Amino acid sequence: MLTYALVGLEPRRVEVEAHLQRGVPAFAIVGLADRACQEAKERVRSGIVSAELEWPLRRITVNLAPADLRKEGSGFDLTIALAILAASHQIPPGSLKAHAAVGELALDGRVRPVGGALVVAEGARRAGIEFVLCAAESAVEVALAGVDSVPVHHLAEAVAYMRGDWLPEPALRGTNGLPQLASCPDLAEVKGQRRGRRALEIAAAGRHNLLLAGPPGTGKTMLARRLPGILPALSEEEALEVTRIHSVVGLLPREHPLVAVPPFRAPHHSSSMPAIVGGGSGPSPGEASLAHRGVLLLDEFPEFQRPVLEALRQPLEDGVVSVARANGRAVFPARFQLVATMNLCPCGGKGDAAGCSCSAVRLARFHEKLSRALIDRFDLVVAMPRPRAAELDGSGEEVSALVRERVQAARARLETNPPRMSAEARALLTDAVERMSLSGRGRARVARVARTIAALAGTGEIGREHLAEALSYRIPPELTT
Amino acid sequence: MTVARSPYLTRRSHGYPPLLAAIHDPPKRLYMRGEGSVGMLSGPAVAIVGTRSCSPYGAQVARRLGRELAAAGATVVSGLARGVDAEAHRGALEAGGPTVAVLGCGIDRDYPRAHAALARRVSEVGLLVSEYEPGVEPAPWRFPARNRIIAGLAGATVIVEARARSGALITADFALEDGREVFAVPGEITSALSRGTNELLRLGAAPLIEPNDVLAALGLEEAPARLSLRLSDQASRLRELLADHSASVDELVERSGYGADVVAAALVELEMAGGAVCAQGVFRLS
Repeated sequence: MLTYALVGLEPRRVEVEAHLQRGVPAFAIVGLADRACQEAKERVRSGIVSAELEWPLRRITVNLAPADLRKEGSGFDLTIALAILAASHQIPPGSLKAHAAVGELALDGRVRPVGGALVVAEGARRAGIEFVLCAAESAVEVALAGVDSVPVHHLAEAVAYMRGDWLPEPALRGTNGLPQLASCPDLAEVKGQRRGRRALEIAAAGRHNLLLAGPPGTGKTMLARRLPGILPALSEEEALEVTRIHSVVGLLPREHPLVAVPPFRAPHHSSSMPAIVGGGSGPSPGEASLAHRGVLLLDEFPEFQRPVLEALRQPLEDGVVSVARANGRAVFPARFQLVATMNLCPCGGKGDAAGCSCSAVRLARFHEKLSRALIDRFDLVVAMPRPRAAELDGSGEEVSALVRERVQAARARLETNPPRMSAEARALLTDAVERMSLSGRGRARVARVARTIAALAGTGEIGREHLAEALSYRIPPELTT
Repeated sequence: MTVARSPYLTRRSHGYPPLLAAIHDPPKRLYMRGEGSVGMLSGPAVAIVGTRSCSPYGAQVARRLGRELAAAGATVVSGLARGVDAEAHRGALEAGGPTVAVLGCGIDRDYPRAHAALARRVSEVGLLVSEYEPGVEPAPWRFPARNRIIAGLAGATVIVEARARSGALITADFALEDGREVFAVPGEITSALSRGTNELLRLGAAPLIEPNDVLAALGLEEAPARLSLRLSDQASRLRELLADHSASVDELVERSGYGADVVAAALVELEMAGGAVCAQGVFRLS
């Protein structure tokens, strides 16, 4: 019987063979099975007995082939159980040919969902297998791969199905499930913050990385959390890509597993490097990959460990993370939009009326951590000073849906017919390079942002005013010196 | 480490600044480094000093004073420290003008280290001076002594920003003792960084409202005004609003009625024209 092991995000075919021979009753699993996989013995035995089937009192050997591929986790339980039942002729052996299976067994025989069911189902589809047995909770997820999912609640159901005694509810093939509801807070709740809103809109339209800097309590995080709400929904292909990653980590909601809206991830600043970029002995994807096609928010950016921040440079550049481990190498997609927030100094007082009380040494260490190379990845930097009370009672703010429409229109324009630089804008840029000492990368960044601004304005040409506005989001010298 | 033998002035040397010779306790020797002429020590000079942890306001005022006073021909004297001192030197350098940094250590020491580049730039057009021999390490007790030289070299001393009991107030005391003019830049009464300067004003220091106040005291003429800027309507309007007080983009959006995009573009125009500066998201006229 077939199932699939995960190597990174790739399914690898695993054949599960069971052999019964005479001798002292025993049960062995061979084929580089890890601890969780070895423990399948106990679950499978209890599961079969609980399903009122017969546990063969023979010498049982289960082989997971190929023998040199490491198998991890509990997703092989169901397959092993079915292989043993077929070997002991409790289900017709021929019936397994057209099936693959994935799922964990409970001691009472129930079938539990496991992470990565979507990837397993995709492997099955590529091998031309049409039916995948899985836990009822994984049914919709498995169906996304374009195979018929056979949702079973209990091992007994799986057996009845194999014997032809029982049919599951109509198979859901290739269904998208229900559209996922966006649970993102709305921009209408943010009062004032004209500058921040504008920057958020530009960032959304041009997929620019955004840095919000200012004293605590000025609404940096509040604003950042509202970015996903103004991003256009994912295309079908993108959605599957994202869903695959989330499936492996077991993050998918049961009812509508397809991740149709851009994901939003906000790891805490104490997160380790493997947690952010992926890794582990598996290796499994990290937050950067979970934010693929969506938003990665690093709140209190300078508080993250320096190696973690540096490790983000590869995905920011290439859109992928490649993790090499002794047991294998995995490449995870990680094309996320980075949004970061930070205080202007370690004590947070800078930019506030109270003033900063940091020592020079502490300030120097703070700036050292924010390496130029990393700061340079932010296309938009917005300083957010403390607002005066008068601004806070601004009313009648735009809702996210309205902004999203403009973002969508701008994206369409950027893809089909990106605005070109006018001579005036070019002259201003040259002038600015000299006077504002922009680096080469800084120059390219300003030009990119200006193009997005022009697209938002709906014009085909980048004007002087678009470029001037883009310049206002450059990295302020006080952040780097 | 080999120590370069630096030229120095003694009290009997020709060129030992007369103003410095007139103070209570003039240094025996004055070591010098830099391309600037010894004469700039004897010309009209203004000391600009203040706190190391200055506010954006203090930084901007210090730089502007350094620039405009240097442009009018005054030698800008300060201590190469962080904050106000460094901004004053930078302002003078912007005007290409003479500037003198008085160190509390040997002139071959770059202290603070972060200002090594600034020290080099000062040495290219001005002078680094010290009463200590080359190789002497910076030490806390040397800085108050250094302050008497800063005050002693200058006909007028400007305190830009100082907390209560700031080192800059020691410089002001020296200047008063030597009978020099002392100016204090008024600050907001709510700001701890202006406590010391406002205190000085209460004690009778002259308030500094514009650079001309200092120039008059030194007997210098104002430098010719810069060409008037040609600005777009929006930028001119924002300049008017900023003339009232400094403001963030959001506040300017509120007060001007322009969109955030228009305000951002107009502010960049104003910045490029040298009409405004921005620190921590707050814009003010320069």
